[in-house]
Amino acid sequence: MIPAPLVLAVSIGYLALLFTIAAAANRAAAHGRSMISNAWVYALSLAVYCTAWTYFGSVGRAAAGGIWFLPIYLGPMVAMLVAWIVVRKMVRIAHAHRITSIADFIASRYGKSPTLAALVTLITVIGIIPYIALQLKAVSAGYQILTASGGATPAAALPWWRDGTLIVTLALALFTILFGTRHLDSAERHEGMVAAIAFESVVKLVAFLAVGLFVTYGLFGGMADIWAKAQSVPEIAALFSPNTSRAFDYTQWFALTLLSMLSVLLLPRQFQMMVVECTDERHVRRAAWVFPAYLLAINVFVLPVAIGGLVLFGPGRMDAETFVLSLPLTQGAPALALFAYVGGLSAATGMLIVETIAVSTMVCNDLVMPAVLRRPGFAARAPGDLTGLLLNIRRLAIVGVLLLGYLYFQVAGEAYALVSIGLISFAAVAQFGPALLGGMYWRGATRAGAFGGLAGGFLVWAYTLMLPSVAKSGWIPDAFVRDGPLGIALLAPERLLGLSALDPLTHALFWSLLVNIGLYVGLSLRRAPSGAEASQALLFVDAFARHPGAGAPVFWRGAARLDDLMALAGRLLGPERARAVFEAHATETGIADIGDLTPDARLVERVERALAGAVGSASARVLVASVVDEEPVDMEDVLQILDEASQVRIYAHKLEAASAELKAANAQLKTLDQLKDDFVSSVTHELRTPLTSIRALSELMLDAPDMDEAQKAEFLRIIVAESERLGRLVNQVLDLAKIESGLADWHTADVDLAHLVEAAVKATGELFRARGAQVEAHLPQGLPTVRADADRLMQVLMNLLSNAAKFVPEGGGRVDVTLRREGDSLVVAVKDNGPGVPAGEGDTIFEKFRQGGDALSRPSGTGLGLPISRQIVDHFGGAMWLEQESGGGATFAFRLPLQPGGGRTP
Amino acid sequence: MKGARNRPGNDPGPRPEVLLALFAAALLLFNFPLLAVWNVPATVFGLPVLPVALFVIWAGLVAILAMVSERRREGGDGPA
Repeated sequence: MIPAPLVLAVSIGYLALLFTIAAAANRAAAHGRSMISNAWVYALSLAVYCTAWTYFGSVGRAAAGGIWFLPIYLGPMVAMLVAWIVVRKMVRIAHAHRITSIADFIASRYGKSPTLAALVTLITVIGIIPYIALQLKAVSAGYQILTASGGATPAAALPWWRDGTLIVTLALALFTILFGTRHLDSAERHEGMVAAIAFESVVKLVAFLAVGLFVTYGLFGGMADIWAKAQSVPEIAALFSPNTSRAFDYTQWFALTLLSMLSVLLLPRQFQMMVVECTDERHVRRAAWVFPAYLLAINVFVLPVAIGGLVLFGPGRMDAETFVLSLPLTQGAPALALFAYVGGLSAATGMLIVETIAVSTMVCNDLVMPAVLRRPGFAARAPGDLTGLLLNIRRLAIVGVLLLGYLYFQVAGEAYALVSIGLISFAAVAQFGPALLGGMYWRGATRAGAFGGLAGGFLVWAYTLMLPSVAKSGWIPDAFVRDGPLGIALLAPERLLGLSALDPLTHALFWSLLVNIGLYVGLSLRRAPSGAEASQALLFVDAFARHPGAGAPVFWRGAARLDDLMALAGRLLGPERARAVFEAHATETGIADIGDLTPDARLVERVERALAGAVGSASARVLVASVVDEEPVDMEDVLQILDEASQVRIYAHKLEAASAELKAANAQLKTLDQLKDDFVSSVTHELRTPLTSIRALSELMLDAPDMDEAQKAEFLRIIVAESERLGRLVNQVLDLAKIESGLADWHTADVDLAHLVEAAVKATGELFRARGAQVEAHLPQGLPTVRADADRLMQVLMNLLSNAAKFVPEGGGRVDVTLRREGDSLVVAVKDNGPGVPAGEGDTIFEKFRQGGDALSRPSGTGLGLPISRQIVDHFGGAMWLEQESGGGATFAFRLPLQPGGGRTP
Repeated sequence: MKGARNRPGNDPGPRPEVLLALFAAALLLFNFPLLAVWNVPATVFGLPVLPVALFVIWAGLVAILAMVSERRREGGDGPA
């Protein structure tokens, strides 16, 4: 055993450490540096899911039934797969509307209904109490194990003031109050708490892994060794054998998976961490896989520890829920036991802190405040700041919730295992599923449907699960559960209508969700949503349709006075924060002095949103309504407002599109300008070359009058050739310019390509003969005509053929011209056996002034032939390309589409 | 719109179709009747098949989710 003062000192020291971390995070936040704005911290904060249930209860469950502890963690894995879709939408909605709790979320969705908010809060408080009791039970049981010798039964009943659990409860209440309600935050964010919880997540994981490693590799020789040893004890072997006694209950397995899938989204503390405390919705992306990975890690050693404990202690001799502590304690590692206790403390306190803060916010905003506001003359009677009142309500709520948990622990705690207690709470919060998830995706859901579903589901839950749990503890006669009320067997809580095929939990989950969903859908379909419901439905369901910042439509009509709004905001937010709200609005609307603000719908909505952060959306609605004259918004108004808003959005869209187009056009112009510059410089360069040689030769002849005739004639011939080249170049440049600008004359007619190719081959025959090359044309008969300009096509063919003539080897050249039909077009290919086009130049060869080969060896030419040819072919809707031959040689080909309705033979 | 890609609100993230497919796969792999396939009285590496199978599937899902989540996707709008 470990001396009690040491355990106490370590526990208090640990809580003090948490407090220091939280204070540091708060200080950093005050200086504008967030310690928690980070996907890893966010993921760790989600691990608040792992409570004392995980830490102690899983091992107990595993020792009793093998892998049955797992579905509770497989559900979150499955849910997190769609976190990017669902959780991100929840975060987006919550941040847009300053939603601070799950009650607020549901109430806000169904027209900011205070009744709905109160119902959700009530369900949460009642539903979550067993779960809080579970944590208290774990902490106090752990303490007893550590301090008592041998982990025997705790000392006989102590008077209540010496009851350790009560003291722990009150200490935690104090701690939570210090943690969570030091000041009022308009967004209900708690940087310090999140930092502390993330730290706790690390501690509990490390502690559990340490125990797991100690048991698996310290006490045994690995997992396989534990399993082998377990097999040799018949009682343990029977427990884990898949095909013994009872059949595997697949229905319950599915129910547990579904339950935990819903719980990981809907538990108040998960909602608080996942949605309210989320600093950036992009963090969801990484957290979606880090969080399940964390769960995986913390579960790996559950079975080894459970089975190892059974092997060492013998089955049934020691409470398996305390193996994490009792194994190191009895096997000579008390320091590890103490560390494990700190880990369990982390798991329990983390849950308690976040859960009670979340629940106290709900109790304050959705139960107490509406009642306070409804008191007659409240507005007139209570002048001044209300922030202090709000904080005090929350502090009281924290103490109240924890004490209720303690009460449940006293009433029912001893009769149940940790896991069973937790599952009761899971089933309660699962009731939020239809209203919350349905509300995010179904516009037609109404307040009546949500209310009916929640109330119905909750009542069935209370009757089929909560009541039996109290009955089993002996507070209600047990016959009630066994035989049904007044002996009516059909109404027996755990066998409703005689349904006895399911275990109690699955049974309760099935009936409650059936009633819940049935009423939700049925009542929603019965009546169309009202104006207020429809407007909120649109804001929720289409949360991603709006650009962040583009401003949602404001569904509000009426008249307000600026002074009233300012006074209201000042009372609930405190004067400074209220002033900041109005100043932000003034800056956005471009007004210098906040006294000049127009109290229009936007401002009213802004004030309401700011208030919602402090007191919840339903209370904020009531408060704002009390200081302004508003007209009821009916369905027609909603549509009209929406229409106006979408008009503005459409204009904004158009403007954006137009400016994008302008940008693109500008970029294109710039490129064209660059191209033109390149073109001009290329043209001038090409013009200068022949001009230079003409000038040089002319000057030579002028300077040497006695030059001999042969020399002179040679020079003159060059001059003439160069002039011709110059002329050709100028013509081609003009030609290209004409085609490109669309000013060229086209004489379109039916052209027989075979005929044309033949003529072209004939016309270039002399060129080939001069180089000793052979030309062969393969022209099938009876091909259809194309619509084109015969002269221009001739130009293309001549260009390709003369190019081929230039590149074929002297003497042994061979050129094949083929014409064939391919689908709806005709293809002409000119194939030569020249050197081919060097790799990498295939694309550039069609650009202006790019001639094949290097400058020295290439034959004379202007470099414009191919670009012009391509332009011509393009003009007729065709395409020109280069086919490289592997064995040398190049094939230039082009395709022309057959005329519409073509295919007939001429 | 090209500019929208860098705004916090329009991080395209993993494709919704992929996530939904993984979701369906996970539900199937963790439940009857596939669960009955792993639930047999045999051992792998000296350990019973069922827990090993569940942990392996679990790790696989985490790995795939990590892969599709951490991959930068170019362009595209967020899921509606």
